[in-house]
Amino acid sequence: MLFRYLFILLIIFPIKTFALIEVDITRGNLSPLPVAVSPLSIDDNSKKNFKKILEKENLGSEISTIVENNLRQSGLFNPLNKNAFLQEPDIANLKPRFEDWNLIKAQALITGKVTFVDEKLRVEFRLWDVLAGKEMMALAFTTVPSNWRRVGHIITDKVYERLTGEKGYFDTRIIYVSEEGPKTNRIKKLAIMDQDGFNNKFLTLGNELVLTPRFSPTNQMVTYLSYFRNLPRVYLLDIETGMQEVVGDFPGMTFAPRFSPDGKKIIMSFAADGKSDIYTMDLENRIVERITNHPSIDTSPSYSPDGKYITFNSDRSGYQQIYVMKSNGKNVKRISFGNGLYGTPVWSPRGDLIAFTKLHKGKFYIGVMRADGSGERLLTENFYQEAPSWSPNGRVLIFYRETKTNAKGEGFSAKLWSIDLTGYNEKMVKTQTDASDPSWSSLLGN
Amino acid sequence: MNLNKTIKNGFLILVAGLVLTACATQKKTGQLQSDVYTGSESVEYLASGVKDRVFFATNETVLTTASRETLRKQAAWLRKNSKINVVLEGHADERGTREYNLALGERRANSAKDYLMTYGISSDRISVLSYGKERPIDSGSNPLAWSKNRRSVTVKAN
Repeated sequence: MLFRYLFILLIIFPIKTFALIEVDITRGNLSPLPVAVSPLSIDDNSKKNFKKILEKENLGSEISTIVENNLRQSGLFNPLNKNAFLQEPDIANLKPRFEDWNLIKAQALITGKVTFVDEKLRVEFRLWDVLAGKEMMALAFTTVPSNWRRVGHIITDKVYERLTGEKGYFDTRIIYVSEEGPKTNRIKKLAIMDQDGFNNKFLTLGNELVLTPRFSPTNQMVTYLSYFRNLPRVYLLDIETGMQEVVGDFPGMTFAPRFSPDGKKIIMSFAADGKSDIYTMDLENRIVERITNHPSIDTSPSYSPDGKYITFNSDRSGYQQIYVMKSNGKNVKRISFGNGLYGTPVWSPRGDLIAFTKLHKGKFYIGVMRADGSGERLLTENFYQEAPSWSPNGRVLIFYRETKTNAKGEGFSAKLWSIDLTGYNEKMVKTQTDASDPSWSSLLGN
Repeated sequence: MNLNKTIKNGFLILVAGLVLTACATQKKTGQLQSDVYTGSESVEYLASGVKDRVFFATNETVLTTASRETLRKQAAWLRKNSKINVVLEGHADERGTREYNLALGERRANSAKDYLMTYGISSDRISVLSYGKERPIDSGSNPLAWSKNRRSVTVKAN
């Protein structure tokens, strides 16, 4: 597992902006980088004010805990135990005593300060290379106090980007389907939460069955399937206003919706007379276009990030396989040729890979292949799992997994899981209730 | 095709095992034939002798001989009760991806609908609703439970 970090000596590259420590995220990581996250320092006055507004005893340590958890969850970093820290947070932020941090084997150090300024939360933080004894990054920003959890995520994104050379995925949200009740009659609600499971909110009440929510590129809208009045149709929901509308005027079931990368269209399946074909609807002019026309089942469409191609699931060969075509429906090519059935193709935000679900010999796999079908790689095997969704940087997949019930049909559960593209760092994602159909947002700051 | 065979053979072995077990327990748990449920558990009746549902093999939408017989009885009953409309609810088992299963359920219900139509039932008396794998009748994670869940159920709409 993964990775190694390179030290490039300052003698050779005496440029402050050059990465000193580097984390290679392209391999499995056996030895996560030891990092010390010093609690952000906070003065007494700010402490008092934040306590009044946010009911947090010490906002500095709360934020650093978020950073610490994020780094640990990534599998690339090993945040060290705070009890071993020798230097006080405020002094460390001014000038770390690198020998002390070296002693506890920290290779990177994060320090910082939070202050209450004009009713706002001001944060500054620094990233230090302990061995080189140098500052790698210093940033400050101001926001409303209620954004304090996002501050922790933004710091993590900056640190991650500085050390790995790639954008982070921490200041993001997951939209998913919350599940409760017996397997034979599940109550399902749309729910949204921060990537780390906090700030969970339900977006529907559970009166009707809802499935497969997906974010718009700007994260403001969600498209999903609802059985409102027992008519399964694709809907559009504005997360801020709560406004909902049916997408298109189809005389039957529409399902498997996703946004186009420019957010202007919704692509989905429409089922009629035992056939399912792929359609798009332009959200501005409401024009509906038919993309596939085949007696088979064509579903689970997903655009390439440049919008030029569509990958989708079809059983036109007799069994579920993955296909790629131009976005106008031309040049349909099958790309999955391994043993088994393939479903839920979803294009990586980087454009190079397609993630999928595979069913082979009674097992379900989450895997990836190149867009031409080569280089198939299975990341995880289980009794039942499906529906991968990419982190915005294309490094992590989130999906859901269901358990096998016992002889009496008891013990069913559905949970969200995540795994690195490397196949390592497989983790359950905590949710308040059972959960399925996760969709990862893009970075919120964008 | 090879894969299909392998899967089918696998199921046949499982089926054989289940049938044997079922016999030993006096068929309490119902039966499977070539992967299609043939038991009567969960089956309800629209009228005396008129079963409300038909079952399918894994990934299949083809009607079996028994299913066609059930649907002919439904058609006869619908002809006699011309004011009754029906919804055909199509379902899949849990061993497939959610979106594909929605399409599969729709295709199963349509295969029942087409058959009813060939026996003189007008299409405007029949609507189709797919639940995919969302409403299993049996919560088990075994071939017998899955076979009960692969179904099209005819439900009175009025």
